[in-house]
Amino acid sequence: MISLWRDMNRRGQVVLVVAVLAMLLAPVVATRYLLSVLTLILYFVYVGQAWNLMMGYAGQLSLGHALYVGLGGYVAAGLWVHFGIGPWLGVIPAVAIAAAFGAFIGWLAFRFGIEGVYFSLLTIAFAEFTRIGFDHIGPLGGAGGLFIPYQESRLGEWWNLRGGQLFFYYLAFVLAGAAVLLTAWLARSRLGHQWMAIREDETAARALGIDVFRAKMKAVLISSAMTAVGGVFYAFYYNNLFPAQVFEMSRSIELILGPIVGGLGTVFGPVIGAFVLTPLGELLIAVTDKAGLNAPGAKAIFFGLVLMIIIYLVPGGVWPWLSRRLGLVRRRS
Amino acid sequence: MLSIWLNVVVQGVLTGLLYGLMALGLSAIFGVVRLVNFAHGEFAVVAMYAAFVLFRAWGVDPLWSMLPIAAVFFVVGFALQRTLINAFVGRPDYQQFILLVGVAIVLVNGLLIVFGPDAQPANLPYAFDSYLVGPLIIDKVRVYAAVAALAVCAALFGFFRFTRTGTAIRACADNLVGAAVVGLDVRRLYAVTFGIGLACVGAAGALMVTIADPVPGLGPAYTLLAFTIVIIGGLGSMAGALVAGLLIGVSEAVAGFLIAPSMKSMFSFALLIAVLVLRPQGLLGKKPA
Repeated sequence: MISLWRDMNRRGQVVLVVAVLAMLLAPVVATRYLLSVLTLILYFVYVGQAWNLMMGYAGQLSLGHALYVGLGGYVAAGLWVHFGIGPWLGVIPAVAIAAAFGAFIGWLAFRFGIEGVYFSLLTIAFAEFTRIGFDHIGPLGGAGGLFIPYQESRLGEWWNLRGGQLFFYYLAFVLAGAAVLLTAWLARSRLGHQWMAIREDETAARALGIDVFRAKMKAVLISSAMTAVGGVFYAFYYNNLFPAQVFEMSRSIELILGPIVGGLGTVFGPVIGAFVLTPLGELLIAVTDKAGLNAPGAKAIFFGLVLMIIIYLVPGGVWPWLSRRLGLVRRRS
Repeated sequence: MLSIWLNVVVQGVLTGLLYGLMALGLSAIFGVVRLVNFAHGEFAVVAMYAAFVLFRAWGVDPLWSMLPIAAVFFVVGFALQRTLINAFVGRPDYQQFILLVGVAIVLVNGLLIVFGPDAQPANLPYAFDSYLVGPLIIDKVRVYAAVAALAVCAALFGFFRFTRTGTAIRACADNLVGAAVVGLDVRRLYAVTFGIGLACVGAAGALMVTIADPVPGLGPAYTLLAFTIVIIGGLGSMAGALVAGLLIGVSEAVAGFLIAPSMKSMFSFALLIAVLVLRPQGLLGKKPA
């Protein structure tokens, strides 16, 4: 983490401090709507970072991360609705179950040598499999969805995640900040270097004596566990869960847009990606609304085009390019 | 009781032929160009809407409109490969994937804006006619569609087996360096292959209108279906794609009948997972050297 700070030059450090202060003080001036957009951005920073660890650093393209969001959300919400177990406690089984799924998928894939596109398809298959399964789990609402009831007496019980917009904003801020710090730390750790070695050339990594299976399993475990926490946040922020919405492939894709646009395998890529994409999407909705157009697909088309342009022109993402242009990182000698 | 089972299986086989044709297109693209066409199902749905519009506006039967649609799709595929996708051949998987996800998102949401999110039945005049063969009741539309799909498949097999271009494409798939060394224009052949792949999916999509109502949301589902079939059948094996298409068609029909229609694709995914783990080269694929 300290190295993250040291890697930046004076200008980069100033920008970072100003940005963090601005985020901390934003609620003072921001309207409720703006705050909700910022919360959404921070949520995507968090889950994007979780995915970035697995894909950006360890090079394992998971296209089914919605699985972990959904599992985390459903477990915590189910425990709350049926047994009154609060999310601070519920997050533990939520993470455990999501990580167990992650471990199983990882074990299957890495043990049986399922790689590349095949691995991606395996992750999609598991997410879809689970989505259809949840459509048929009665106690969790099935296809009709699981709702966390609105209870007036519970309002303000922030320890049960029953807070207002302001509370969720700061919670998202803490989560996103922690994810960035964790990524920065992991990137410089022994494990992080093993991941990058595997990402670049798995055979060579093995030849160097890296336990490839172990390192990849750690990537899946950390990533799925982190994503599940995001799922708990999602469930209690929106108060409803539908299998068709949380587990769907478009959810997995939505979650990976930020890191890809921002820059895979970088600490700040997912942050920049989320801060660029989410407001653009909101702006587009506002503009089409103003123009009186009822075009629900317009935002998605725009994202699709952005995705194509970015991957065509700057496949490394915006952040590496931006940080060089603005001179925010110390040049390596 | 037996006759019910027979009906279910026959229906699965007929549907499976359409699935097989769709997957054949993906198999060609995936096997030759080594490109992860993640917009495959979306292209199928575009073809469905094309056939739907042609039928609604001018009463053109999908069995006929599949020919011009396939031709247009070939041109689109050729152009797409030449302009956009060629730059991505040889780039990492995830970059190809993201490019085509972008294409898929644009296609699906374009359809959503133009046609709205609801299913629109085509209402073919012979939609409810059926043949009675002994205890079997077979929908006419499915028979027509299946026969048409078989005809397209046969034409495709013939093309790859007997024409010079087809042989050259197979050479590219078998040994890319060798193909380039003997002077084949690999870029052009890739474009032709991508065109053929899309033509397949265009024909399959047009035929699909006869048995399913077009909805934009079908796109991702068909993409997954096509990948599932190609992997189960074995990468690069065209016969495998057909066989796996039949297998998936039948397993969906049986699962829909036995358990619940909404759970039928769970079986396809379970099958996919099993094949990936137990026989990653697919049912008819060659063992990697």
